[in-house]
Amino acid sequence: MATEILMPALSPTMEEGTLAKWLVKAGDTVKSGQILAEIETDKATMEFEAVDEGVIGELLVAEGASGVKVNTPIATIVVEGEAAAAPTPVIAAPAPAPVAAKPAPAPAPAPVAIVAAATPDWPAGTPMKTMTVREALREAMAEEMARDETVYLMGEEVGEYQGAYKISQGLLDQFGARRVIDTPITEHGFTGIAVGSAFAGLRPILEFMTFNFAMQAIDQILNSAAKTLYMSGGQMGCPIVFRGPNGAAARVGAQHSQDYAAWYAQVPGLKVVMPYSAADAKGLLKTAIRDGNPVIFLENEIMYGRSFEVPDLPDFTVPFGKAKVWREGSDVTIVSFGIGMVHALEAADKLAREGISAEVVDLRTLRPLDYDTVIASVQKTNRCVTVEEGWPVGSIGNHLSAVIMERAFDYLDAPVINCTGKDVPMPYAANLEKLALLTSDEVVAAVKKVTYR
Amino acid sequence: MVSRKAGAAASTPNVSREELLKFYREMLLIRRFEEKAGQLYGMGLIGGFCHLYIGQEAVVVGLEATAKDGDKRITSYRDHGHMLACGMDPKGVMAELTGREGGYSRGKGGSMHMFSKEKHFYGGHGIVAAQVPLGAGLAFADKYLGNDNVSFTYFGDGAANQGQVYETFNMAALWQLPVVFVIENNQYAMGTSQRRSTSSPDIYTRGAAFGIQGESVDGMDVLAVKAAGTRAVAACRAGKGPYILEMMTYRYRGHSMSDPAKYRSREEVQKMRDERDAIEHVRELLLTGKHATDDDLKAIDREIKAVISEAAEFAKTSPEPDASELWTDITA
Repeated sequence: MATEILMPALSPTMEEGTLAKWLVKAGDTVKSGQILAEIETDKATMEFEAVDEGVIGELLVAEGASGVKVNTPIATIVVEGEAAAAPTPVIAAPAPAPVAAKPAPAPAPAPVAIVAAATPDWPAGTPMKTMTVREALREAMAEEMARDETVYLMGEEVGEYQGAYKISQGLLDQFGARRVIDTPITEHGFTGIAVGSAFAGLRPILEFMTFNFAMQAIDQILNSAAKTLYMSGGQMGCPIVFRGPNGAAARVGAQHSQDYAAWYAQVPGLKVVMPYSAADAKGLLKTAIRDGNPVIFLENEIMYGRSFEVPDLPDFTVPFGKAKVWREGSDVTIVSFGIGMVHALEAADKLAREGISAEVVDLRTLRPLDYDTVIASVQKTNRCVTVEEGWPVGSIGNHLSAVIMERAFDYLDAPVINCTGKDVPMPYAANLEKLALLTSDEVVAAVKKVTYR
Repeated sequence: MVSRKAGAAASTPNVSREELLKFYREMLLIRRFEEKAGQLYGMGLIGGFCHLYIGQEAVVVGLEATAKDGDKRITSYRDHGHMLACGMDPKGVMAELTGREGGYSRGKGGSMHMFSKEKHFYGGHGIVAAQVPLGAGLAFADKYLGNDNVSFTYFGDGAANQGQVYETFNMAALWQLPVVFVIENNQYAMGTSQRRSTSSPDIYTRGAAFGIQGESVDGMDVLAVKAAGTRAVAACRAGKGPYILEMMTYRYRGHSMSDPAKYRSREEVQKMRDERDAIEHVRELLLTGKHATDDDLKAIDREIKAVISEAAEFAKTSPEPDASELWTDITA
């Protein structure tokens, strides 16, 4: 009785992969631990080992096949002594898993957006290229490092490992170990070193493997980096970018799933950026590296592999403090940023099908924050829903609600509603995690409430 | 305050047949459990991060042999072996890995965050080195209460570069806390070798600056681990703690399930498996000393296989936590 070998899940967010190479063929006898195949995920190429000894029956997926879903049978193996045994799988059950234990489903690709002429980031007719957020971030760093010798990249696994999330892939080869610096796992210590070097005139890009780990170093970020310019009477600034993935990935539990947008946005002396698209990731990171202040640059693991159109310009930057109107509408203003934009745009699509016209505003930077664009939109639509992944208490949405109440009270036809993540530590269980995260349906429901539909 | 390197004499078998068989059984249980966890991860039944302990089994098994009831243990995210070695139920651990109601944290903690008050296991911590001051805090409580319990505080060679470790060393020495700092030196901090991350290779000597005795121990030899653990625990119980044990060990698998492990050669891993495997070592002692026959060991293998199958079955069939669990346990 042959047992099916299934496509393995090789990372928390992996849903499919490419069968890059078979290292065995039908009829081969394989040992436990022998490499069967090389499987390419969006982060790395991984070797896939046999769990048991046996003879390869047949290869079910051809070499080079891409988009092979996790748990798809890719080969069969006849395990010794099992020829007549019941079809008890050794490596994997042929039946589907009893529950949906897969990572939280990735939101659908960004819908085609209507970009308002009011917020042009590049001239009309500019040639465009398609790239992922990951590539955009890498390109921004490479361009700025080539432009300015004082810019360097430091962090855990940024060099020889090529980045835990592959954002720094190739930078070590391009710029050498002097400018792409692997650190030991010591956030508090290396953050202090990088901040000190910025006081002395360098422009570090400090990568946190995730922003959860920056908690270890938050004293250096707030007390050293953010306050020194003020405390020194303007004598000493700190041009540094703290960047890395922020917010929930998939099934990584409470300590690895937190959105810090509202935390850092609260701190004077910092600038806080949270891009959604690849074009904004590139243009805003370049601006961040050139900025003379400490910049908190919040990325998102789920967004790294998403593709967008990016202007093919030699030096494309996006200014801080300018929101982008992704979609014009007349019935309600939906304000969001970062991965929240996925839900905001998805909700706008659903609402359009029900005859509700939503204007979608992407804040892009949280400090400085483009209040004027938000207020102008609310004055037009008279209703507002905010959307973010972080917790509800002290959220960006809370703050915007207060500002709208103060500046546009007489324009409001309904209270502002804040859609946020749930007020709980992130649970691990797949069903609970799904419940804890924000959904576009919740945004739709909020919009219906403020539009009294 | 002398620090010592592992001595060749440490490995001299001075152990009963029963204890050798117990070591064999416990180490094999951890290994088979982890192999099964790796399979369930590949099937998508375990999500997120999953850090396997395969290769390092002798460390927890040897040290648990020196513990008495009331002693505490705390460790990092590579924690499955520690839980099994201190007697936690494989079913409950596996069901936590699959995020089910039957898990130790009812599915809300995951691989890295599990606890058992009954077994004095205090987690399961996902932030590298955060458990080091917490472990000293457990020892502080025992000293405060006037008992002679010891806190085993495990961390890796990577964590040994975190500043809070040294902040903790200072306070533990200053207050003579009964804590055994167990450095599980598996030679790689995720993808960075010790050579590339650590200025002085002998981590056990770092306590000297704080007056903490340290030893380097062959962490692939369960008897050497037990012998060193006995010395450390005796010092702590006698009020002469803290104590540092640097266990020279090796992890066979990647840092986590998503590690392509390009930072070391397959030959290096294979050499350790072939020449230094902790379970094979005990197996040989049992067979060459005629303490057990091949059939005896096969019977143990079957027995453990059954335990693991049962744990996996439980972890697959235990229901997901009720939706209402989303809102519980947030405050007492």
